[in-house]
Amino acid sequence: MTHGNPRLELAGITKRYGDVVANDAIDLAVHAGEIHALLGENGAGKSTLSKIIYGVVRPDAGTLRWEGRAVEIASPGDARRLGIGMVFQHFSLFESLRVVDNIALGEDGPASGAALSASIRGISHAYGLPLDPSRYVHTMSVGERQRVEIVRCLLQSPKLLVMDEPTSVLTPQAVERLFATLRSLAAEGTAILYISHKLAEIRALCDRATILRDGRVTGECDPRAEDQASLARMMIGSDLPHPRHRAAIPGATMLAARALDLPAGDPFGTPLAGVDLDVRAGEIVGIAGISGNGQRELLAALSGERTTRADAVAIDGVGVGHLGIAARRRHGLAYVPEERQGRGAVPELSLADNTLLSASAQGLVRHGIVDRRATRARARDAIAAFRVKAAGPDALAETLSGGNLQKFILAREMQQSPKVLIAAQPTWGVDIGASAEIRQALVDLRDAGAAVLVVSEDLDELFEIADRIAVIARGRLSPAMPVTGTDPEAIGLAMAGEPGARAA
Amino acid sequence: MAPFRLEARNAPSSLAKWLAPPLAAIAMVACGFVLFAVLGKDPVAALHAFFVAPVATRYGIGELLLKASPLALIATGLAIGYRANVWNIGAEGQLAVGAIAAGGVALALDASGPLVVLPLMFVAGALAGALWAAIPAWLRTRCNANEILTSLMLVYIATLLLSYMVHGPWRDPEGFNFPQSRMFAASALLPVIVEGTRLNAGTLVTLAVVAAAWLFVARTLVGFEMRVAGLAPGAAQYAGVSPAKVVWIGMLCGGACAGVAGVNEIAGPIGQLLPSVSPGYGFAAIIVAFVGRLHPAGIVVASLLMSLLYLGGEAAQVALALPSSITGLFQGTLLLFLLAADVLIHYRVRIGARTAMATP
Repeated sequence: MTHGNPRLELAGITKRYGDVVANDAIDLAVHAGEIHALLGENGAGKSTLSKIIYGVVRPDAGTLRWEGRAVEIASPGDARRLGIGMVFQHFSLFESLRVVDNIALGEDGPASGAALSASIRGISHAYGLPLDPSRYVHTMSVGERQRVEIVRCLLQSPKLLVMDEPTSVLTPQAVERLFATLRSLAAEGTAILYISHKLAEIRALCDRATILRDGRVTGECDPRAEDQASLARMMIGSDLPHPRHRAAIPGATMLAARALDLPAGDPFGTPLAGVDLDVRAGEIVGIAGISGNGQRELLAALSGERTTRADAVAIDGVGVGHLGIAARRRHGLAYVPEERQGRGAVPELSLADNTLLSASAQGLVRHGIVDRRATRARARDAIAAFRVKAAGPDALAETLSGGNLQKFILAREMQQSPKVLIAAQPTWGVDIGASAEIRQALVDLRDAGAAVLVVSEDLDELFEIADRIAVIARGRLSPAMPVTGTDPEAIGLAMAGEPGARAA
Repeated sequence: MAPFRLEARNAPSSLAKWLAPPLAAIAMVACGFVLFAVLGKDPVAALHAFFVAPVATRYGIGELLLKASPLALIATGLAIGYRANVWNIGAEGQLAVGAIAAGGVALALDASGPLVVLPLMFVAGALAGALWAAIPAWLRTRCNANEILTSLMLVYIATLLLSYMVHGPWRDPEGFNFPQSRMFAASALLPVIVEGTRLNAGTLVTLAVVAAAWLFVARTLVGFEMRVAGLAPGAAQYAGVSPAKVVWIGMLCGGACAGVAGVNEIAGPIGQLLPSVSPGYGFAAIIVAFVGRLHPAGIVVASLLMSLLYLGGEAAQVALALPSSITGLFQGTLLLFLLAADVLIHYRVRIGARTAMATP
């Protein structure tokens, strides 16, 4: 399989952003018919490297060879002409257009609708990616949207397909279907560069793996011959941390939703219908689901960003559905939103100022005047409590990495000794070390007697920390089941909204 | 294919942010040098007429401050809204209704002492300006009507209302039919604070308002919330800041300040109601607010600069017989350079097309 010239070969690729070396003399070879993993943590340099391959970013040094020939890829157009296709982690689809229109927009020349629809159908059947060209994108699930992106690539008959974290939004079943497609593509001779930080997937799918850490290649191996622990050591330089987790000792219900209905907040949102939920003191309840199934609306309704009738949401037995978020905070609510920059924190403001977003009622303001000494002290405490890497309380939020900002936000919320903490995607885009600390903090908060609700797309995370898991699909919430009584397969089926899967 | 393109800088330096205005001023002087030379005027004399002559005398400095005062006052009020993405463009109208209300108080009560009339005029002017700004605020929060359009349209209603008052009910019966009110009594006029100038106590009011605004934006929780609403609406929602409250505070602050500026004009240099009580301060203040980076201290500096440009423009027209369009052009170059400097702080210019393909 590895004879002859590699399809794509990188030698000494280096890219600097200011003082940060994102890629440091990277060597990588991907052969025809090979599924090659690029493994590394968030921030290891995987995305930069994939952007270099796709012509979005120019390297400062190093050479790219395509089938043995030195090439310079100056734009995504160049990359496509060579035969490189890329499926990004974040999709670039117009929700208000049909599949065929979206694909026609990406074509280089004018494409006729009927012919294009026919070739979309052809490709989607050939690779087991069922897709109706005339459907509107906003009616499609995330997995189906990813299919559009993949089919868009396959229409160009790529010789190299780059996939950036393709499974982060898929159910376990959808992951299996994707893997089958990728295997059949590889069998036809397509080279696949598969970018991920999920060790189990890489062991199941890939023939070769190149491991990145801090912008450097730290190892190359056959992932099928390694175990997860050895891969993890190559990836993070130490053993994989696991949270300490004791059985929950739940107390009284602290957060409750009763027959909660909420219309969609925007035309592409999902209305909530009859949501019932209980989170008791001393337990973590996880909410699994594919994004876009009503999570945003549920979080808005529970946090108070949107209000409902008073008895639809209760904190510690008090109906708070009609109260806004600030009033609910006075009842003991803390909230870690999904978007860190721009919602959980204001990027252009200092960490000290950012404490005021949610803690202004906690002695930081006297007679309407901000007590700057108190806000700085509070920010300093939060930085110290979570070992946040920041220059100090005056550091602007935008200067922190995603993981450090998330630790700061979580610390800020935990300083308020909340009765109820709601956390949305608490470790999304956060490196493994910080993720472990964040999960541990959530478990510690639970052990201290708080009721914790975690909304996450990451099933592994929920199974690691939650005591009970409920599934949200199409705006309806299943009853929460104890983690000991269910498994990722069953939750995955319920996430996809398969009939019968929401029994119990 | 355009050979130039702008590329965002990773981290704009804060030094560059503060150096940009002086650099823009230097570029403008250089540009003016060439401009006047091409017109056949002595550039040194022209620049002298523009920048030195207006402030060479005590009276000139008084005039500079007198013109800067309403600009700074209005811009300060507007900036509170602008920082929160509340776009009040109608300060000129709010100034006019402030003048109408205060003028009404003066005409009715100026037989009583100044300690009664002047405070009442300020209260009436501030309330009227705020009330005029409340209309777009209500339309925005109630009907989601764009406040840029509504506040601007209300300018014309306000100025016509003022015109009606001085043509009709409040016309001076002994004024030979000129459309103007009678002169206010001394009790309704602001005292001059520097001998030999027209500078009056209204400037002190401006300074007090600017100081209060600085305290508000920099130190209070509500000021902080307004800032968050402007920087990150999502974070404001997360913090529980009511968007309606932000709109109301932003509009009312701008309206009240513009109203007070109207009082300063009629109780200061004008001394009566005229069909027009402002040479466009309400619009120029928008520029002042942005040149001053929406910060009270910056606004004070920007208002002085703008005032100097006004006075210098008039002086240059008189001294060198320059057409008024040339002085307007020259004033425009400063704003152009300021904005250009601003763009270059955040972006760098790259030469060469982006999609060049070296190896086909």
